Amino acid sequence: MSQQGYVATPPYSQAQLGMGGHPGGFGGPPSQPVYGHYGGPPQPFPIPPGGTQHGILGIHKGPVSAPSAMPQPPASSHYGSSVQQNGSYTQGFPPPPAASSSFGQVPQSPYQNIAPQATPSTHQLTNQISNMQISGYGQGPMPTPQSPSRSAPQQPFHSAPPHLMAQTPTAPGPQSPSMGSPLPLGGPPPMGGMMPAPMGGPAFHQLQGQGTPQGYPQPPAAGPYGGQLAGPQPGFPGSFPGGAAQMAGPPQKKLDPDSIPSTTQVIEDDQAKRGGQIYATNLRGQIPPLVTSNFTVQDQGNASPRFMRCTTYTFPCTSDLAKQCQVPLGTVIKPFATIPKNETPLYVVNHGETGPIRCNRCKAYMCPFMQFIDGGRRFQCAFCSCINEVPVFYFQHLDHMGRRMDLYERPELSLGSYEFIATLDYCKNNKPPNPPAYIFMIDVSYTNIKSGLVKLLCEELKTLLEKLPREEGVESSAVRVGFVTYNKILHFYNVKSALAQPQMMVVSDVAEMFVPLQDGFLVNYQESRAVIHNLLDQIPDMFADTNESETVFAPIIQAGVEAFKAAECSGKLFIFHSSIPTAEAPGKLKNRDDRKLFNTEKEKTLFQPLKGVYEQLCKDCVAQGCCVDLFLFPSQYLDLATMGDVPTHTGGSVYKYSNFQAEVDGTHFLNDLRKDVEKPIGFDAIMRVRTSTGFRATDFFGAIHMNNTTDVEMAAVDCDNALTVEFKHDDTLNEETGAFIQCALLYTTVGGQRRLRVHNLSLNCSSQLSELYKSCETDTLINFFAKSAYRAMLNQPLKNIREILVNQTAHMLACYRKNCASPSAASQLILPDAMKVFPVYMNSLMKTPAMVGSPEISTDERVLQRLCVMAMGVEETQVLLYPCLIPLQNMDVSSSVLPGAVRCSEERLSDNGMFLLENGRLLFLWLGQACPSELIQSLFNVPSFAHLPEELNSLPELDNPQSKKVHAIISAISERRTNRMKLLIVKQKDRPEILFRQHLVEDKGLHGGASYMDFLCYVHREVRQLLT
Amino acid sequence: MATYQDFIQQNEERDGVRFSWNLWPSSRLEATRLVVPVSCLFTPLKERSELPPVQYEPVLCSRANCRAVLNPIQVDFKAKIWACNFCFQRNPFPPTYHGISEVNQPAELMPQFSTIEYIVQRGPPSPLVFLYVVDTCLEEEDLQALRESLQMSLILLPPNALVGLITFGRMVQVHELSCEGIAKSYVFRGTKELNPKQIQEMLGLTKPATPGQQGRPPAPQEETSFSLPSTLRFLQPVHKVDTNLTDLLGELQRDPWPVAQGKRPLRSTGIALSIAVGLLEGTFPNTGARIMLFTGGPPSQGPGMVVGDELKTPIRSWHDIQKDNARHLKKATKYYEGLATRAAENGHSIDIYACALDQTGLLEMKCCSNLTGGHIVMGDSFNTSLFKQTFQRVFSKENGEFRMAFGGTLEVKTSRELKVSGTIGPCVSLHTKGPCVSEIEMGIGGTTQWKVCSLTPSTTLALYFEIMNQHNAPIPQGGRGAIQFVTQYQHASMQRRIRVTTVARSWADAQSQIQHIESSFDQEASAVLMARLGVFKAESEEGPDVLRWLDRQLIRLFMFHLRRSPFLQVFNNSPDESSYYRHHFVRQDLTQSLIMIQPILYSYSFYGPPEPVLLDSSSILPDRILLMDTFFQLVIYHGETIAQWRKAGYQDMPEYENFKQLLQAPLDDALEILRLRFPMPRYIDTEHGGSQARFLLSKVNPSQTHNNLYAWGQESGAPILTDDVSLQVFMDHLKKLAVSSSA
Repeated sequence: MSQQGYVATPPYSQAQLGMGGHPGGFGGPPSQPVYGHYGGPPQPFPIPPGGTQHGILGIHKGPVSAPSAMPQPPASSHYGSSVQQNGSYTQGFPPPPAASSSFGQVPQSPYQNIAPQATPSTHQLTNQISNMQISGYGQGPMPTPQSPSRSAPQQPFHSAPPHLMAQTPTAPGPQSPSMGSPLPLGGPPPMGGMMPAPMGGPAFHQLQGQGTPQGYPQPPAAGPYGGQLAGPQPGFPGSFPGGAAQMAGPPQKKLDPDSIPSTTQVIEDDQAKRGGQIYATNLRGQIPPLVTSNFTVQDQGNASPRFMRCTTYTFPCTSDLAKQCQVPLGTVIKPFATIPKNETPLYVVNHGETGPIRCNRCKAYMCPFMQFIDGGRRFQCAFCSCINEVPVFYFQHLDHMGRRMDLYERPELSLGSYEFIATLDYCKNNKPPNPPAYIFMIDVSYTNIKSGLVKLLCEELKTLLEKLPREEGVESSAVRVGFVTYNKILHFYNVKSALAQPQMMVVSDVAEMFVPLQDGFLVNYQESRAVIHNLLDQIPDMFADTNESETVFAPIIQAGVEAFKAAECSGKLFIFHSSIPTAEAPGKLKNRDDRKLFNTEKEKTLFQPLKGVYEQLCKDCVAQGCCVDLFLFPSQYLDLATMGDVPTHTGGSVYKYSNFQAEVDGTHFLNDLRKDVEKPIGFDAIMRVRTSTGFRATDFFGAIHMNNTTDVEMAAVDCDNALTVEFKHDDTLNEETGAFIQCALLYTTVGGQRRLRVHNLSLNCSSQLSELYKSCETDTLINFFAKSAYRAMLNQPLKNIREILVNQTAHMLACYRKNCASPSAASQLILPDAMKVFPVYMNSLMKTPAMVGSPEISTDERVLQRLCVMAMGVEETQVLLYPCLIPLQNMDVSSSVLPGAVRCSEERLSDNGMFLLENGRLLFLWLGQACPSELIQSLFNVPSFAHLPEELNSLPELDNPQSKKVHAIISAISERRTNRMKLLIVKQKDRPEILFRQHLVEDKGLHGGASYMDFLCYVHREVRQLLT
Repeated sequence: MATYQDFIQQNEERDGVRFSWNLWPSSRLEATRLVVPVSCLFTPLKERSELPPVQYEPVLCSRANCRAVLNPIQVDFKAKIWACNFCFQRNPFPPTYHGISEVNQPAELMPQFSTIEYIVQRGPPSPLVFLYVVDTCLEEEDLQALRESLQMSLILLPPNALVGLITFGRMVQVHELSCEGIAKSYVFRGTKELNPKQIQEMLGLTKPATPGQQGRPPAPQEETSFSLPSTLRFLQPVHKVDTNLTDLLGELQRDPWPVAQGKRPLRSTGIALSIAVGLLEGTFPNTGARIMLFTGGPPSQGPGMVVGDELKTPIRSWHDIQKDNARHLKKATKYYEGLATRAAENGHSIDIYACALDQTGLLEMKCCSNLTGGHIVMGDSFNTSLFKQTFQRVFSKENGEFRMAFGGTLEVKTSRELKVSGTIGPCVSLHTKGPCVSEIEMGIGGTTQWKVCSLTPSTTLALYFEIMNQHNAPIPQGGRGAIQFVTQYQHASMQRRIRVTTVARSWADAQSQIQHIESSFDQEASAVLMARLGVFKAESEEGPDVLRWLDRQLIRLFMFHLRRSPFLQVFNNSPDESSYYRHHFVRQDLTQSLIMIQPILYSYSFYGPPEPVLLDSSSILPDRILLMDTFFQLVIYHGETIAQWRKAGYQDMPEYENFKQLLQAPLDDALEILRLRFPMPRYIDTEHGGSQARFLLSKVNPSQTHNNLYAWGQESGAPILTDDVSLQVFMDHLKKLAVSSSA
């Protein structure tokens, strides 16, 4: 499929050039220095691209020589063949160096040879990275090879760098060590050793110094290159130090940016291939369609991918293999994932008073993997192999296949996911739980009153409360509601239905919080509607002229916990809070936002929550099943790291609306709130992931709390909450039996029923790494990496984390290359098919605001992202890390399909275009300066681009096909996202465009971070280092 | 000279003072020999309609540590000076008195004004404050009755008085009375002790410029969500909020926290009181205020808890206390004492209205009222006339003025030969050392000033003195000792007033004038004074010791009854009841006190007008109706025959009109007593053989018992089934003792 596109690409043809340079390059420097350099303290990878570039530089050299043979038609065909090839790489890719010379063609033949044995999945990407970069970069919006003319004008740039280099030596000390390392790199690769040792260093420096986003030094490419760079990206300072020196290199051809693996392409292909189909989960280790594809799941014994997705569906048999490949073994579980209407909801199984049938030893629940033996009198546990008696009431004869006769009558024997009714043994204090309650806690301090939030919220609650979640098939919701307002003291409200007027009870003892009333605080909305409405009407007036600006925070959560304790129920707190809690009370916070810490060892402290009160609060909340949803309306720093601690440990969400103004941000907030309140959700949950022998769950990432190493506790789990589990080997796995995972979640429904939700998944095991690589799932992998990186942020400097991420990426790829790919020129970057877009995600991850310290992004914003990602499922991380960019200018008004997305890169934008970009959290509408007036007219009702008002906050709904279509697209996009996204309208060349640009993840990051192409180069170099 | 009887009565009428001895033994030695100390019962606010208050300030002795008030003694009109009769300082009259002469005297110099009241204008009049502290852990019926009583009381309050409401159960709620719309209250945890500062902070009563508030300038508006001055949020003039408060009381719910099976409701009485005290302390220090606690059960949580919430552990009994088994007793008592002291220091009094069938912890809480001059009323239910009428009577008016006064201080000044040993009554010491403080403490001593936070016209204190004069330094013949009582208080009309009573008594040499001294002995006053001492000791010491002390001290007829009274005997009374009885005993005036010691028994018959009869079983005759007044109970007892007649309905027959009248007579008398008595006595109408007759039978002298019934052999009277000794036996025994001891 897509891979052909790029396998065919230039790399091959260029190989020859590389050849020359390569050997030298490889042999030259020991790999270690390289590493050191990368991870080396001096140059954190992303900061300025500098560091990266360096590496790339080296790599380049080899490839540099590669002529721009990229647009190779043959490629595709040849690839086609290559598809089947796999595993047998041993034969070597094109004959060593020699082959490379004739690369363009060569590959084909090897591939074909291989083909027979190979399975199709491997995807080899041999690229002359340098070329790619060049092309990618240099190209303006058009993918075609660059015109030579362009290069000429650029020359000046090249010349410039040398000067810079000259200056560089003065660069700050820390960098100098790094310089050393690059040198070797730089040295060898450049063919002919053209690049003098010093070159690399300076180049790097210079880049850093300038802080230019993109300066990656493209030595060899220099000539053609510089020009290109300069062309499209005005901001690009001619940072081509090496360039000049290398000019001498063979002429370069331009690389088509389209030639590097394209996420949009992958998505499209998968949608084309598997979209709209039924995915039956009957096979072990079956790889599901991508999260972006539309498919229907039929549960036939394994949990739907909506509930569980694995990083790979084939586990390596031994821990050695696992270590070797470095592919994390993990699964992302979203236990309450929303099931589309056309799929069957989970069956509820009732095993009566004895409770669900479980293995006596490991306590795994009855599931399709259990083996019935002895004529059905006993069953063997698939997880621990223990042999258990079948209870009399559960006995059933086996058929000739050894399966129970009632297999298809019992969901727990035939389905991957189902629920059990839990008995009293599974309840707190052996008492049936009460239905949960929702408490709305409204900060009525000055800020929130002034911004209009309180009024807006109170008004909204009147209708919102009609839509509380309820049990399937029940008339009205069993969820009770309560209200609290607060500033530095708390006001509880008695809204008992019998009252004519609500009663306010003030608690000012914030040091030791308690709930002043029980009866009348948590009420059934339907019964107390009149009193509640009365209250909601009065709240904005009561505090209308408040001057109180101080707030408390920890005490209000404490109050919620106490309320639930008193009412003996679990529930959720909706907190609408405005400012950093400075009032004298437990959990008082102070401003500890120190930007000086950015990019230092201590940066992690910005992300760490303060311990003490909040830590205890987390425990209390989880113990009581009290989930906290936090809606923040700050105008400045509020220590989100600490304030968000409780929500993220209780399965809650954090929403932030900076400088909230009811008129402007009201709709967005209300949309979020509505969705949040109405969400399907389970409370007071405890989850256990059981595995078959040979491996076990070792680590859990998510909005969870863990008291011990095995039980995952969540105050609440909603349909968007996902946690990521990492597995490690205990022992060897058996290829025959495979691996089983059972995730059991005990929770309380919104109706107050105790239930057990069980998800089962079976995986393949293999001693062949190629099998593993074949069944990898990039989206899940990146979710895993994102969460582990975001968690590591608390304990390690970002630099280290980025380094680890890159190292691991390189390792994964190197291992693949070494073990699974056919031999090829070292200059080729070979990516497994299933992971071919992995680098773009990885690069994007490292460029996320959380991972990149920039003075322009507030600490809270970074923290927020960190917190949000921790609870994200695969779908959300996918779109977050590779936003969806949809061109609107040519949309087909009559069609109901979404226009196809394009790659997230600036060069895809056009002055006369209009684009939608969404990443699951934000939605941008980008308007090109030359956007057709007709389109502007039909969408905004103004004659032309120039007539657009300064501040564009909303998109009017107009009665014309274009406007309707755009709105339809927007709502279709929003529909599938967990958050309601705020629409930001961005005009080209307007200030806010910066915000938009951050999301063009294939480009160089605005605040640092390499472009996709650079990153590939860098990774490639790393891979090569590893391979030598 | 009139008899001592007349003298005593006249003095009591005029000054509200009754001395145990009206001639004072002239030396210390003689005084000790007299056994009954020189002491007096003093009723500071005794009603004297003929005593118009004067509208100026009293003239004080200029000596710094004397400051006695000018009184009718030793004035030299010519020199325009007066000699203080306590320190002998010669003082000039102030300029305003320049026209003074024998014929033109200011009121305080006239002998009939030995007691005089001044109205002084100092500062703005401070309002009266009534703070209701209401228990909501009540049965619905009780709560309803209480609600009604409280609502009714709003009408009785002076319209400009400030009123506040605190309710409590598991939590304590301080209700804001000023807000419109939503009813608002501040809630406190019932288990957490807060210091006064915290309470005031949490109620938002601290000055706006509290530390930690940035933005000084707009500070006064800090609490803008509440537009009224913060202090007034909880205490509002009655006339402003009566409808609001009536509604609030009407909506008063039972404590909403569920009470599990086998548990008592959690009652945070301790915290509620502490918040009430704290609130007033912060807002109206040194202003007349009443905290009125209405409780329907024992405090069961938090500081001041008397019993846990497990029903299986019963509330402490005397038995437990003697066995030292009352877990919470000491702690709780200490806690309430602390509160009471604070309230007293600020001049606030605490009333306790405790209505429950079981004990409510009065034993522990009694000090709240005892120290602050508050009332204690004990009943079975708020839904009884006992409570309702008593409560109503708290607000009763005389000539349009409340019969209560606030924030009183009593100062005693004595001439040199005397020193004051102490006082027993509803007061606390102000720890004012002075030359006239005796080293011997009797009652609350060591001071010459006491604070009496709340006074009624009948509030009576017992004061004990020590004669300092040495035997070898005789007082000149005809010398008189003087005592001055200066009572400053806030009148119900919000004026500050000072009442000065100056009394003088002659010294007598006990050796030469023993008969005179003897004849000046006031038996009744002495009885009550000694009884107070006894009660005071009983409160602080072990029971039997007190009886022994009493026996040693003196023997009189009433002692027989006193020994049997609930003030000293705890048998058959719960600790709460004992506390209740003692509380009233140490504050009532002489007449009432005597009734308490020796109940009065009237007999009604066809044979003549009602007559007082001996409190003896022999008085219980079939053809009599008896009316017994024990102060706390009012028992009408119909003799056997009368009861039969009544049952037969003779009273309804026109020909037996006289029987009807006979039946009616005790009722009328009882009503008369009920009308004035505070607190309302328990009213019992019973008959021969009725179960309630026990109230009568337990009081009378058991001259006939099952033991001697036949020996006695008379038909009259009713035998009492008791092993208690009768008066005869007691007397016989005494005689024996007296003889043997003298021998």
